[in-house]
Amino acid sequence: MSQKPQVPAIEGWHTMGAQPHLIGTQCERCGTYFFPKQSDYCRNPQCDSTDFREVELSRTGQIWSYTNACYKPPAPYVAPEPFVPFTIAAVQLEKEQMVVLGQVIEGVTVEDLKVGMPMELVLEALHETDDDIKVTWKWQPLGQ
Amino acid sequence: MSNEIAILGVGMHPWGKWGHNFVQYGVAAAREALADAGVPWQDISFVSGGATIRCGYPGYVAGATFAQALGWQGAEVNTSYAACASGSQALAAARNKILSGESDVALVVGADTTPKGFLAPAGGYRPDDPDWVRFYLGITNPTYFALYARRRMDLYGDTLEDFAAVKVKNSRVGSKNPRARYRKCFSAEDVAASAMVADPLRLMDICATSDGGAALIVSSLEYARKIGKANAPRVAAISTVTPTFASSVVEMPDIATDSAAAAGVEAQAYRASLPVKAYEEAGLGPSDVDLAEVYDLSTALELDWIEDLQLAPRGEAAALLRAGDTTLGGKIPVNVSGGLACFGEAVPAQALAQVCELTWQLRGQAGDRQVAGARVGITANQGLFGHGSSVIVKC
Repeated sequence: MSQKPQVPAIEGWHTMGAQPHLIGTQCERCGTYFFPKQSDYCRNPQCDSTDFREVELSRTGQIWSYTNACYKPPAPYVAPEPFVPFTIAAVQLEKEQMVVLGQVIEGVTVEDLKVGMPMELVLEALHETDDDIKVTWKWQPLGQ
Repeated sequence: MSNEIAILGVGMHPWGKWGHNFVQYGVAAAREALADAGVPWQDISFVSGGATIRCGYPGYVAGATFAQALGWQGAEVNTSYAACASGSQALAAARNKILSGESDVALVVGADTTPKGFLAPAGGYRPDDPDWVRFYLGITNPTYFALYARRRMDLYGDTLEDFAAVKVKNSRVGSKNPRARYRKCFSAEDVAASAMVADPLRLMDICATSDGGAALIVSSLEYARKIGKANAPRVAAISTVTPTFASSVVEMPDIATDSAAAAGVEAQAYRASLPVKAYEEAGLGPSDVDLAEVYDLSTALELDWIEDLQLAPRGEAAALLRAGDTTLGGKIPVNVSGGLACFGEAVPAQALAQVCELTWQLRGQAGDRQVAGARVGITANQGLFGHGSSVIVKC
């Protein structure tokens, strides 16, 4: 295992640590959540608020749907050589009433998943650079 | 007060990978449509172009580009960009001009040349651009269509065989369309043997991108009568509505949906909302529809559209397919042009190509693809950034 430091692939989009959360915002007036963060204008047509607070989103949810990537995506994706297919899930967050996409952790295939299955958010490497390991949020079957 | 306009002429440059400038395809389609209408170019008072964003400045001002190529004659021009719905929005602009009385006959035209390979986002570290983010995380265009397809399998019991059957159906009828790019009849075995791209979608479940051009000559009903075309098919409705917050389906290029957590907000499915305005405007319902041209970016998406157009209850499109109802000769034929499966997508031309097919069908000129007695047809498509359209043509 590499001794390089782990840093977020995208700065400020999730907390670090064993129980990570995505970081979104919530409209102070109407309660609508936003991920990625939205802090300038509320997109709820019934609300014209410009006040938002940063919030940690639920780190568990249920699978809305899932697939995989059998071919290497183009840049800016940084693919290992040889390319290893990876699984992708869209997960419905109950409290936030929204669906968030992400890769599924290594070793889990589409055969392991089902719509409605409970999932939790974890961190895993997206790719390595010379200096560090870029980690991002991924979905993992709950309790795995 | 009728919102109807007449479709006097239609034309298409065959779809393919011809490697020419997009203007050439648009001019060919426009000239065919003018000849079909029997309207001299000099009589066209409004030129409405669908923009292409892949061909530099001439593409951004497509209406003017086509007008110049056909020979400046003083017409007013418009260019519409609405992703996959660009053609419909260009048609809507022409309809507005005609219904307001400012123009009696207009040319609507869209054409595209597509580059080879992936359409990758600009480089650098740009987390503010959702398109950059999703590619960085490994989420490509087929990801989204595969998510929709897999959801159908888990919720409704659709199978890989159902998706393959859509391809087989469309390739069979598309093989009879001289303007289609792919004219081979594919079998279920061919589909099953093609490479998996994004499970459950294989290479042959996903449409390609193509070069192509399509054009319409549209006019007021009075103008149509004046030139002896009172019975020409009519545009009965054009819907280009945006989604309603909170959009419940994760759409390219976003990484998440809207949140429906606020009081008074409900999750809404965008695709299903598109035909609602079209049906209302036309004063027609799903039971009046004889055929549909829908945006089959994937085989499974054709099944979603059938339900979105209310041609089958939610979850039952595959049953319709299995019964042969959506094939030529069935109760409600879908994509008798061959659809995107046989054409490949030429973005600003595609929504117009759908209207071309409906026009030939309603005139009884579709040859081996003819839907017997077709009187009402509907189109549906959806593109990026809240763009989509549904057009109803009737005779």
